[in-house]
Amino acid sequence: MAVATSTRGAARSAPRASFFYRPEVRQAIYQIVTVLALAVLFYILVTNTAANLRKQNIASGFDFIHRTSGFDVSQTLIAYDNSMTYGRAFLVGLLNTLLVAAIGIVLATVLGFVVGIARLSSNWLVAKLAAIYVEVIRNVPLLLQLFFWYFAVLKSLPGPRQSHPVPGGGFLNVRGLYLPAPVPEPGFDLVLLAGLAGIAGSILLYLASRRRQRLTGHRLPVLWGTLALAVAMPLAVFLLLGQPLAFDYPELKGFNFQGGMVLQPEFIALLVGLAIYTASFIAEIVRAGILGVSKGQKEAARALGLSNGQMLRLVVIPQAMRIIIPPLTSQFLNLTKNSSLGVAIAYPDLVSVWAGTVLNQTGQAVEVILITMGVYLSLSLLTSAFMNWFNRRMALVER
Amino acid sequence: MASESVSPVTMAPPRRAALGPVAWLRENLFSSWGNTLLTAIGLLIAYKAAAAILEWGILNATFTGEDGSACSREGAGACWPYIAAKFGQFMYGRYPSDERWRVDLVYALALAGLVPLMIPRVPGKLWNAVYVFGVFPVLAFFLLTGGAFGLAPVDTSLWGGLLVTLVVATVGIAGSLPIGILLALGRRSKMPIVRWVSIGFIEFVRGVPLITVLFMASVMLPLFLPPGMSFDKLLRALIGVALFAAAYMAENIRGGLQAIPRGQFEAAEALGLSYSKRMGLVILPQALKLVIPGIVNTFIGLFKDTSLVLIIGLFDLLGIVQLNNTDQKWFSPTTAMTGYVFAGFVFWMFCFFMSRYSQMLERRLATGHERGPLRGG
Repeated sequence: MAVATSTRGAARSAPRASFFYRPEVRQAIYQIVTVLALAVLFYILVTNTAANLRKQNIASGFDFIHRTSGFDVSQTLIAYDNSMTYGRAFLVGLLNTLLVAAIGIVLATVLGFVVGIARLSSNWLVAKLAAIYVEVIRNVPLLLQLFFWYFAVLKSLPGPRQSHPVPGGGFLNVRGLYLPAPVPEPGFDLVLLAGLAGIAGSILLYLASRRRQRLTGHRLPVLWGTLALAVAMPLAVFLLLGQPLAFDYPELKGFNFQGGMVLQPEFIALLVGLAIYTASFIAEIVRAGILGVSKGQKEAARALGLSNGQMLRLVVIPQAMRIIIPPLTSQFLNLTKNSSLGVAIAYPDLVSVWAGTVLNQTGQAVEVILITMGVYLSLSLLTSAFMNWFNRRMALVER
Repeated sequence: MASESVSPVTMAPPRRAALGPVAWLRENLFSSWGNTLLTAIGLLIAYKAAAAILEWGILNATFTGEDGSACSREGAGACWPYIAAKFGQFMYGRYPSDERWRVDLVYALALAGLVPLMIPRVPGKLWNAVYVFGVFPVLAFFLLTGGAFGLAPVDTSLWGGLLVTLVVATVGIAGSLPIGILLALGRRSKMPIVRWVSIGFIEFVRGVPLITVLFMASVMLPLFLPPGMSFDKLLRALIGVALFAAAYMAENIRGGLQAIPRGQFEAAEALGLSYSKRMGLVILPQALKLVIPGIVNTFIGLFKDTSLVLIIGLFDLLGIVQLNNTDQKWFSPTTAMTGYVFAGFVFWMFCFFMSRYSQMLERRLATGHERGPLRGG
């Protein structure tokens, strides 16, 4: 107490700095200036925009969402035609973006892990091939790669009459990839049900095995159990019921294919381009993650007498994943944002449908761009919220 | 010492099989059955790829011709005369032929400044930096745009090809550096409003794709200006790119600021330096040195992203290749592929060189701020 009083006394008796030199006053001034500057800037922007819009006779507001769009979209996941509203067109574009991003993330992750592990292979040739893949793909702009796949590869394929056959009854031509469409027949529900039951059973088996290991130190045969439950059981049901699944094969009729299902060349080009490009970055992340697990950990695992597989599963991979996952999530986010490049090859994604066609038709630049940015922003904020949660869960708890 | 009979122990020579190329092959390619299988698959892929590249690029390629018909043979490979005929456009866009020496001169001036700056051993870095960051931009501006010192003015709508790619990338990165520094300092500031404004800007820009920022710059920026006022399309793209890169740059620099030990801040404060002097003389010189590799990596990303400006109607290298690929005179089945391969190679050369340079810097600049891999307990 006495000490505190004396310091305060000393501060009082010290020569006072000028009012404007006191840190808290300065900070307050800086902040007020920042706020004022932003307010003035905002005011100028709003008044200018309002004046410009008035001159172009564009009413601002979100009423246009309910107006009829009048244009068609080449790929739709939900029912849509040109008599529906701009709002519906927005949903169509958003779903197309999410579709290509979701499938792209799966493909890029698989390819990236394969290439990343291949780069660490003890086989010289495999490691070098993976390194060449990474160095070539990473250093060429994604947009160029999309153009390459779309214009130079897919758009120079022959027409429907000279289609390349694809194993399994599909065809590849300039109009896209035609694949047999699965048609479920009565009884197929049971197969799906068996599959779900199998997956639930394997999860229970895994939990039981974990409890048994805690209690007795022995494990149950989880791998074989899972294979039997989740793969063999639905397969057996499928065969017992007489294969209740038919395929609708595409057939050449006249000048085009009928039946089956078709993947548009725009979709294929965007998917392939995104997956191959992002995989080269994921490969580097995986490599760094595995190299980041210190050698002592592997030696310790060996010293404990773990087998090769156990060492990987129980020691190396959990620690490598801790390094890999944060940058991996940001690559997923990059892939989602990069899917907006689909606009350059006419893939009807959010940017192409919404910030392209709808913006041009309505002229509502401010609203449309703000909504587009808002969508991507919320996607990325959701992802980083998930990542923070995940990091907290996975973080090493140290003393 | 007494017993002379002990013969000195000599090491036996290594067994034959442990040395030489055969042993290397056995070690690295055929160490097990699985490995041998992998090698076989790898050889197949390598052979297929090499054969395809060789056939397309050289064996079946066309080397002479006046138009697309020369490349329209059955099974024709690359159409190299197309690149030769369009090379000027790919490099300069529609920049007038008589004035192209100005662009070359700018390249030469840039090289004269950058090469000695990038080689660590060359002395006089200070004056070199003054030239590159102070004198060169002014020279380059007047040389490229003209309209002064007796140079004919060249409108930016005529610029194109690699010139636009380089201009957008370098101006973008140069513009993003000061904004990025301010944002990074703002994000670490004790003043809540300044901090929240910085965080808001950084997270907003990093959360949206560059395309939407460019759309905003090209569609919304004209709306923001007073009615009747407008400015150059290239300048609009430059503003968009610089603001976009600034957010990434800020995060880079923040990483560098966080790596500076607390004692440096305290020592600078103890010396009685003001905030700007503390940052300018003590903290930033150390922090910026740490993040040079990160800046180069941001630059590589930006360099590749410049290709996006074609979506808002500017013709960078990819844009001009895309435009010329549809030229009727050079129509052939392989024109587009040849154009993309050429553009891809140019982009690749720049990016690969820069990434190697950044790796070299990373090794060189590892001066012991970070602890590096664990050394013992």
